[in-house]
Amino acid sequence: MHEMSITQSVVDAVCERMPDATVRRIRLQIGRLSGVVADSVRFCFDIVAEGTPLDGAVLEIIESSGRVRCRRCGDEFETNDLLALCGCGAVDLELLAGEELLIKEVEVAA
Amino acid sequence: MCATCGCSEGSRVTVTDSDGVTHDHEHDHGHAHDHGHDHGHGHGDSNGHGHGHGDGNGQGSRTVTLEQAVLARNDELADRNRRWFADNGVLALNLMSSPGAGKTTLLERTVAELGTELKISVVEGDQETPLDGERIRATGAPVVQINTGAGCHLDADMLADGLRTLRPVAGSVVLVENVGNLVCPALFDLGEEAKVVIASVTEGAEKPLKYPHMFRVAQLVLLNKIDLLPYLDFDVERFVEGARRANPHVEVLEVSATRGDGIDRWYGWLRDRHARRQ
Repeated sequence: MHEMSITQSVVDAVCERMPDATVRRIRLQIGRLSGVVADSVRFCFDIVAEGTPLDGAVLEIIESSGRVRCRRCGDEFETNDLLALCGCGAVDLELLAGEELLIKEVEVAA
Repeated sequence: MCATCGCSEGSRVTVTDSDGVTHDHEHDHGHAHDHGHDHGHGHGDSNGHGHGHGDGNGQGSRTVTLEQAVLARNDELADRNRRWFADNGVLALNLMSSPGAGKTTLLERTVAELGTELKISVVEGDQETPLDGERIRATGAPVVQINTGAGCHLDADMLADGLRTLRPVAGSVVLVENVGNLVCPALFDLGEEAKVVIASVTEGAEKPLKYPHMFRVAQLVLLNKIDLLPYLDFDVERFVEGARRANPHVEVLEVSATRGDGIDRWYGWLRDRHARRQ
């Protein structure tokens, strides 16, 4: 499943940026419309982090909400459903937020 | 374990060329492996920065803000592929579907009928076996087979490796057949011009509603196997409505790769996209 790939990308990115660090904590942002399941990332993390500078690090995931704007009536609202309809009935919604896949920060041993 | 490509001990990503010569794909992790090729830096989006705050969290640690896109590395490689395609006037398409929707059959037909005119070459992606690559080879088109092992999708690095073997000529078309999977490939930019999603009438009309992430990123949906409609209870209009619900601007074409129904419209779309590239 792709969360394994995603989790490996997280570990790789941190290892590249700070190869000599000991990472104590890592905070990710995973948007609820991103197509990535946070629980699956949690499941994979320990396996993928083993033997790397992130071994033993605490994983925190912020699951951020989706936000859309209706292209027909301009209404903005929060939704975690990719198939949401606007109150006006329109399907054409512009995605403003919710697809984020970000490594926000890491806490490393000083 | 290299889980970026899904391989573990004893399982690996390989690339096989038209002569059946196979090499291991060394994944460009961006950290300390010696690949013998360019790593790049993978800084991702323009906000990427990493500086120490010196926040001092008590137990001798500090917080470093990264704000880095998780898929920065893949996106960087995808952009590199994209630039190469643009510089060489090559049209690249990423074909995705469930296993068994008819991607390879559609490709066989397309290559047989348009291969010379559009100088089509193919990148085949499967977990295992050279079978699909061999089917394409039999049509005479240049083809490279990528086997991902346990991997569930192609990524930009694998495509880059495949292209180095395939060496498409300027002004040609590269058709990438992704691993049969209606979920994972949607997330991984390969550097293509467009994503083409193939669904077949034997999969049920609710497919787009069930797999919105995939249908949302498609520029074109090909509804295949329409020759079987007389034998099925498949509501084409409902399927199209579902596709438009997931993706209001998507184009849907009905085709039969085996019998040829609607194939001219697919060819027209291909020719048009190819012409725009030149």
